[in-house]
Amino acid sequence: MPGSVSVSITVNGNKHECAVEPRTLLVHFLREELDLTGVHIGCESTLCGACTVHLNGRAVKSCTVLAVQADGQEVTTIEGLAPDADNLHPLQVGFWEKHGLQCGYCTPGMIMAAKQLLDDNPNPTEAEIREAIDGNICRCTGYQQIVDAVLHAAEAAGAA
Amino acid sequence: MVAFRPNSVGKAIKRREDPRLIRGLGTYTDDVKLPGMTYAAFVRSDFPAGAIRSIDTAAAADHPGVVAVYTYADMEGQVGPSPVGAEMPGMGKADHPLLADGRVLHVGQPVAVVVAETPYAARDAASLVEVDIEPREAVVDVEAAMAPDAPRVYEELDSNICIQVPVPNPEADKLFEQADQTLSMRLLNQRVAPFPMEGRAICAHWEDGPGKLTIWTSNQAPHFVKQQIAMCLRIPEIRIRAIAPEVGGGFGAKIPTYPEDPLLCWVSRKLRRPVKWSETRTENLLGMTHGRGHVEKIEVAFQNDGRVLALKGQTISELGAWRSFYGPFIALSTHTMSCGCYDIKAVAWETFAVYTNTMATEAYRGAGRPEAAYIIERVMDEVAAATGLDPVAVRRRNFVDKDAFPHTTASGAVYDSGDYEKTLDRMIELVGYDDAREAQRQARDDGRLVGIGVAAFTEVCGIGPSAGTAPHQRMGTWESATVRVEPSGNVTVYTGVSPHGQGQETAFAQMASDAFGVGIDDVVVVHGDTDQVQHGVGTFGSRGIAVGGAALHMALTKVHAKATRIAAHHLDAPVDQIDYEDGEFTVKGSERKLTFRQVAEMAHLWNVAVPGEEPGLEAVARFEPPGTTFPFGAHLCQVEVDPESGQIEIQRYVAVDDFGVVINPMLADGQRIGGVVQGIGQAMWEEVQYDDGGQLLSGTLMDYAVPRAKHFPRMVLDNTVTPTDVNPLGAKGIGELGTIGATPCVVNAIVDALRPLGITNIDMPAKPERVWQAIQAAASAQ
Repeated sequence: MPGSVSVSITVNGNKHECAVEPRTLLVHFLREELDLTGVHIGCESTLCGACTVHLNGRAVKSCTVLAVQADGQEVTTIEGLAPDADNLHPLQVGFWEKHGLQCGYCTPGMIMAAKQLLDDNPNPTEAEIREAIDGNICRCTGYQQIVDAVLHAAEAAGAA
Repeated sequence: MVAFRPNSVGKAIKRREDPRLIRGLGTYTDDVKLPGMTYAAFVRSDFPAGAIRSIDTAAAADHPGVVAVYTYADMEGQVGPSPVGAEMPGMGKADHPLLADGRVLHVGQPVAVVVAETPYAARDAASLVEVDIEPREAVVDVEAAMAPDAPRVYEELDSNICIQVPVPNPEADKLFEQADQTLSMRLLNQRVAPFPMEGRAICAHWEDGPGKLTIWTSNQAPHFVKQQIAMCLRIPEIRIRAIAPEVGGGFGAKIPTYPEDPLLCWVSRKLRRPVKWSETRTENLLGMTHGRGHVEKIEVAFQNDGRVLALKGQTISELGAWRSFYGPFIALSTHTMSCGCYDIKAVAWETFAVYTNTMATEAYRGAGRPEAAYIIERVMDEVAAATGLDPVAVRRRNFVDKDAFPHTTASGAVYDSGDYEKTLDRMIELVGYDDAREAQRQARDDGRLVGIGVAAFTEVCGIGPSAGTAPHQRMGTWESATVRVEPSGNVTVYTGVSPHGQGQETAFAQMASDAFGVGIDDVVVVHGDTDQVQHGVGTFGSRGIAVGGAALHMALTKVHAKATRIAAHHLDAPVDQIDYEDGEFTVKGSERKLTFRQVAEMAHLWNVAVPGEEPGLEAVARFEPPGTTFPFGAHLCQVEVDPESGQIEIQRYVAVDDFGVVINPMLADGQRIGGVVQGIGQAMWEEVQYDDGGQLLSGTLMDYAVPRAKHFPRMVLDNTVTPTDVNPLGAKGIGELGTIGATPCVVNAIVDALRPLGITNIDMPAKPERVWQAIQAAASAQ
């Protein structure tokens, strides 16, 4: 590829060495190169959060991160959150238990944003949850059951 | 009618859809990958109205990676015009091409399509297409567009008025003369963006070998897509497969087949390669149909005791630049539902749908009924203010009595069932209404602007019946289901509805599980694929359970009857001596029994064939509803307005609804909260704005305010149950209820907060700026 650059990015624990156009967005790299289509595109402008992934353990909106910026770093996507269907992350369990999703399009980003919150604050209040997911839009649920899902996950993690 | 034992129906069963979605393993249209894929990007009009002088595609065609560039000239006579649904005699209509044919009619209209080996190359090359447009004056304001001398969207039509439906009523005139009081209001129901999180996305794949076209499209009605594409491409529908895979929300805006759908099918057939396109968010705000866009004028005749006698209304609906699927007819249901929950003696109305140089409008969660509820519920509050009565008392005084159902309204709707007092009573009890009013009085004494708003509303759901909609649209509104029992006794359900978040994979599995005594995980529900599912209609108009679920009930009943006959034969007893419970067929008064799974196996084996019965255990059913359903509710909202900034805090929201029998209360709660939040979004923040020249001002998320989590308090929900006899389930439908109740409820609360200042109306959205200006104007008027 003319003008391409090599990147080495560890995604969900697997190291990928690829040549990409310098302008390639991380979200496109994940979806097109690595087939990680659980990362969704909702606005291309950092405003809806559907594309949220973790970069070195911090939530980022992958539509406004370049793949080259992730060179040498570690990325976690929704696909990397649970090894299989029998070992779901507490947030995934919470979203299932509390009906935290309808169409499911915002869900991967919403879960990754909530993970950042619980990593920082294992026992958030409802208000803190609403603040933490304010950068993620859900058009279906009206958020209340998402809040319940995150509370459920926090309680489950606390009990574990 | 068979009543299956409700083991799981009525319970909050976790969704079967979720395990794939919470792991990011769902397949939305943009996730489809095919060998040889190409990618499309559209060149769209930057002008709201004008003549195309030239289109220069040379630089784009030469761009590395570009496969083809097409304009109208390349496709003329081969494909199109754009699919439309609804028509009526005498309407002003013109064909709308898939790509602009020498003129542009709105900003965002597709002018050319670039196809390339990568999405980046397609977008790069699209920016190289030069379109030279001679602009002409656009008509943007809907009322100005009605003037005889207004610039016309379609020069070949006599006017911009697409339909005009007057329903005069001399009885209303008489009641206006007799009434103690009258009042009039002008209410705006602003244009909003449906904004599903997944925008439109299409993957079209023509295979030359079998001569078959497959289109994956993010749509609510794939069988209709198949019909529309067939008409548009002039190929038999039997060569088309339409798939609505995982669909990331729709809210009505994904009912239509858009110009881009057949266009990309044509491109794939021309190139003999698959082609994929996903719209950007700005394309979504420009080119996905908008909702609402009504100007309403209402006059009310009422007595001093709060009794409303008659209404005279006018609805002017912004149709935009072309007729989408059902666009022109949405406004007619505003008239139909104008009486709300109230026994009003006479209604006169006139409805207009008017072309402007803006994006087309179409169904959006409620489609004409939220507008009606907004009018009548704002009216009730103003009648309360004029008579000095409490808003709740005025509503009670006008309710249709619970013994008066079925009730035919003065606007011609036939309400199936209702008990409005019961639902309102429960809401009042839940809120502690008198205490809330007392607290409000104290707050007012302290100089705070606290408001309480109420809405008691009803809506029409469970769309059909076909006879009611067929004159306006080229489709019936029945629904279908197939139930196929495997030799193991496991069950596949094929439904004609096309859920996209509603959860019918779960609700329908609950129903099949109860019918046959099999586990929910032993049922799979298939939808959204025209090659797998018998013909169907789709998911819209709160019809998934009320019509699709009713069809499933019919199919389950047929299969159950056959299983009973097979069981009777093998148990050597007459059919009427067979009892059935929880998956077991038993001969009355004996121990002789067969399980459902044993019967399923027998139905498929040659050596246990039953005389007179076909092998297998399967049934297809189509349900044509005899009427529509009318869910209802009573909502209350409390707000506090900051007089310094105009900022509004939602302090409380309580919703008590009645949508008949409930299949899964958890899913029902989800639909209700989501709908209420969308309704609050319209009441408070959302607004599609064009400037006077027709340029879109709300084309990004920086400019279009979608509700976010921190805007809301925890909502309190409850429900009452008044079944319908329109379908065998007794279920009424729920998808649109929230948006219908919430907008008037919130605006009534805001106006209630501001009424001590002399303010009697705030148009939506009640943005701080607008509220602050109203407060300033009121202060300077005093």
